[in-house]
Amino acid sequence: MSAKLSNAQIAWRAAQDIEDGTYVNLGIGFPEMVAKFQPEGRQAIFHTENGVLNFGEAPAAGEEDWDLINAGKKAITLRPGAAFFHHADSFAMVRGGHLDVAILGAYEVAENGDLANWSTGPKGVPAVGGAMDLVHGAKRVAVITDHVTKDGKPKLVQRCTLPLTGVGCVTRVYTSLAVVDIEGGRFVLREKLPSLSIDELQAVTGAELVLPPQIGDLVAPEL
Amino acid sequence: MDKTLANLEAAVGGIEDGMTVMIGGFGGSGAPIELIHALVDRFQRTGSPKNLTVVNNNAGNGRVGLAAMIDAGMVGKMICSFPRSADPRAFTEKYLAGEIALELVPQGTLAERIRAAGAGIPAFYTPTSYGTDLAVGKPTAEFDGRHYVQERWLKADVALLKAELGDRMGNLTYRKAARNFSPLMAAAASRTIVQVSRLVEPGAIDPEQVITPSIFVDGVVEVADAQQEEALMRQGVAHVG
Repeated sequence: MSAKLSNAQIAWRAAQDIEDGTYVNLGIGFPEMVAKFQPEGRQAIFHTENGVLNFGEAPAAGEEDWDLINAGKKAITLRPGAAFFHHADSFAMVRGGHLDVAILGAYEVAENGDLANWSTGPKGVPAVGGAMDLVHGAKRVAVITDHVTKDGKPKLVQRCTLPLTGVGCVTRVYTSLAVVDIEGGRFVLREKLPSLSIDELQAVTGAELVLPPQIGDLVAPEL
Repeated sequence: MDKTLANLEAAVGGIEDGMTVMIGGFGGSGAPIELIHALVDRFQRTGSPKNLTVVNNNAGNGRVGLAAMIDAGMVGKMICSFPRSADPRAFTEKYLAGEIALELVPQGTLAERIRAAGAGIPAFYTPTSYGTDLAVGKPTAEFDGRHYVQERWLKADVALLKAELGDRMGNLTYRKAARNFSPLMAAAASRTIVQVSRLVEPGAIDPEQVITPSIFVDGVVEVADAQQEEALMRQGVAHVG
């Protein structure tokens, strides 16, 4: 099994499901890449935990204003129609069900929708940020991730073994091999790489894939 | 009414050993660097205030601001959501050596605990952290078929904040995303001290533009040309030793 989507291609695929005018929070790191791949003619409104709606791309080097940053502490710019607000309002937007989509990374996702993405165990300095808030409240909570760990172990599992970020919160997973929905406590396969057989995909997935009559091809452009 | 303070030294004068201090800012955005450094300088001169509990989203970056407080050894406990940064040495070294305690709080819960304190709400229920290690030992309840965790208000003795405009009564505006936790902390602390980049007369701020009303503010001190934590960090500046 060699073929797989790059991180950019996974982010591209996730971006195709974001409708024009939706309010979106992208987790720090890899999920931030989703913003680059909005389809032509669509404009999502991006939210950042530290109190900005409708921010745009990073400024040119030397143009940074360090009072204007995102949750990852990176410099950002504003789009017309942007707004500032304090942290309690920001998380009212998150928990209050106002965000349409949150896209996060993952260490593990379980078939019951549990997500582990904040801690790999008791070593080092623990840090959680806004992840535990973001998994509650957004209408869709999607995960983008490699299908397996660096050691080749499944990241889609029956039950998470790492500390949980949230219980039963994930609705869709975009991986390097497939697009999987979580419905009724099961992984439902929606798309897979055309070069990959169902058996090959199942072999690197830690829980049973439910196979609907229609399974699409997961195809992304070279990026 | 005039809440202006003579200088930074006077502004941080009332902070005593063992107090809980809220510090505004998210990373470097909104961090009151000059107030923090005045407090560090006082500690280095007098050995006080020590054993502080500090509430901030983060736990310092580089060798300035909150990181300098931790470096100086005056912080006994951090209450924060994300004690990592581009250069987290100050906190990491003390934490791994067992010299500083950590209460890790999800970011939205941290904000709401501070808000609740300022609003006189002793506890509330949130879906955040339900079923996770951070909810262990906390009461839970079910509302309309969903599970929630009870969280308590978070108060402080003092808040140290940075604002853009401040009038002599204490009405405040903030610059861009620099407000973050500060309007919440202003209400949650018994004594709220604010460094303002420009001090103006009452009436100079349009009442429709006031973000933090004066009732939440106890003292203002003007710091023109305030430094920015991120810029200092990138220049490799160290405030302590």
